[in-house]
Amino acid sequence: MSTTRPRMRRVPLNAAAVVTVALCLFPVYWMVATAFTPARDIQSVSPRLVPRTWTLDHFRTAVGADGFGLFWRNSLLVTLSAVLLSLVVALGSAYAVARMRWRGRRQFMLMVFIAQMAPWESLIIPVYIISRDTGMLDRLPTLTLVYFMMTLPFTVIVLRGFIGTIPPELEESAQVDGCTRLGAFRHVAFPLLAPGLMATSLFGYITAWNEFAYANFLIIKQQDNRTLPVWLSSFQNVFGTDWGATMAASTLFAAPALVVFLLLQRHVTSGFAAGAVKG
Amino acid sequence: MTAVREQTAPHPPPGTGHPRRSPGSGPRRPSKDGGPGVWPYVLIAPAVLGTLYLLVYPLVRAVVISLQDFGLRQLILGDARFVGLDNYGTLLGDSRFWEVVRRTFLFMAVDVVLIMVLSTLVALMIERLGRFGRTAVLSSLVLAWAMPVIAATTVFQWLFHSEFGIVNAVLKDLGFASFDRYAWFAHGPAAFAILVALVVWQSVPFAAITLYSALTTVPVELYESARLDGASGTRIFWSLTFPVVRPIFLLVCSLEVIWTFKAFVQIWVMTNGGPGDATTILPVYAVQTALSSQRYDLGSAASMVTVVLMSGVLVLYFRQMFRQEDELA
Repeated sequence: MSTTRPRMRRVPLNAAAVVTVALCLFPVYWMVATAFTPARDIQSVSPRLVPRTWTLDHFRTAVGADGFGLFWRNSLLVTLSAVLLSLVVALGSAYAVARMRWRGRRQFMLMVFIAQMAPWESLIIPVYIISRDTGMLDRLPTLTLVYFMMTLPFTVIVLRGFIGTIPPELEESAQVDGCTRLGAFRHVAFPLLAPGLMATSLFGYITAWNEFAYANFLIIKQQDNRTLPVWLSSFQNVFGTDWGATMAASTLFAAPALVVFLLLQRHVTSGFAAGAVKG
Repeated sequence: MTAVREQTAPHPPPGTGHPRRSPGSGPRRPSKDGGPGVWPYVLIAPAVLGTLYLLVYPLVRAVVISLQDFGLRQLILGDARFVGLDNYGTLLGDSRFWEVVRRTFLFMAVDVVLIMVLSTLVALMIERLGRFGRTAVLSSLVLAWAMPVIAATTVFQWLFHSEFGIVNAVLKDLGFASFDRYAWFAHGPAAFAILVALVVWQSVPFAAITLYSALTTVPVELYESARLDGASGTRIFWSLTFPVVRPIFLLVCSLEVIWTFKAFVQIWVMTNGGPGDATTILPVYAVQTALSSQRYDLGSAASMVTVVLMSGVLVLYFRQMFRQEDELA
């Protein structure tokens, strides 16, 4: 920004930037690098920063491990359905809050804000008991519902913010031109909501893709219904101390999140910031 | 960034009379045909029903279980009977529980102080960087942020591996011979420190990026006039920058308090609360008690104590948020 700043003063600043980048990236880099390092080099007392030789063996071990494809599919299924459900439900609520005046509007938003802070870690026991009593234990839809609820409040808050930035006059003029209220929303406001929908679905995707505690304690007997995070955490037991395979599995698990985030960085940061700033 | 700018840029400084009334942010005036009728209630119904069944009902069940004698037998037969506050009595009379509470607050305090200091510094740094440096730092923050919790936890285990971990190797090369095969996870304070490092590493990106986007809302003209008046960097920060970002700073701070207070997955996967009890904080204690020792009643009681302790922070959070809401309304 300021070009008048003397060059010398930029040196510590840039050094700090380099250190920040290194600290942020090193664990990610080390995971990927280990995943490509041959086993004999991993079991070395002096690890090298750049692997001497590269191998795909660990990825073969990880992908060939029991049920890898199945758990991948489970995670994807649960994540996508939770995100979709949460988007549809939240869009309705966000529209009602941002565009309509009704009794109980403030109370509803208060409920949403409180729900955003829900102590999910403290609810594992009752959710476990309720699922068991309703025959929903060990089933993927249970996880879908829990993840839907975990992401719903944030989605409502952010979408409300985004709908708020779209002038209602746009829709009103479409209605004057003969559109129904729903049609006006779909053709005028909905396209403008794209960044908001993207940011919130990313948030939901990350939350659900990552969730471990519920996936770990609600899926017990049906091991085929486990999700990737649980599988990954049990990896070390399955493979003993095969750190190469563990890191390859971690890489495969983290890759979708890392790639999607990096591609959509601009939208992610603004969307999250909008959500955080607004509550 | 567009969304943030659009919402925050035209924000008048507090106390300049009329609050902003942008066309989109408030509810629409009721139309002439008598308002929206039942539509808003239809639209919010799924969200309300979902919240009632998936959030409120489990919470009520948790309270009920914490007031019952509820172990493995009652889980299977369902003949739990009420024992009043007995479970809370047992819990509060247990010195191990108090040790866990103390440790929870220590863990939270260390984490939050580190997170807030580091992320403020990073945010201020990003603001001063050139275009290239800013993109580089923001991208790496986003990458660290996108790293799934389980993956990051596994990687940290690998970084601090006693035999083949790179941290021990580097420390040894730097001349700290005592770190040769140092078993981090066998020593309470060391395991605790690694978990703090992990949580801080995971939390700084969100906090830094949010604080940075708050910093971008400080009008440049204010800085220029302050500099013309000969104010020093520190002075500018404390009397100009900080007051403007203060609401968001407090918001991030309370969010981090809540999140670190609830840290569970990292600890459960990495140390399971050990060695001994060295990394057992309240959520870990609750799950251990409930699911490993099958004392669902005590576990629920511990969870409810956690919720009560956290509501203290929640009150602060909501006060701050409503102040913001009022400004935006």
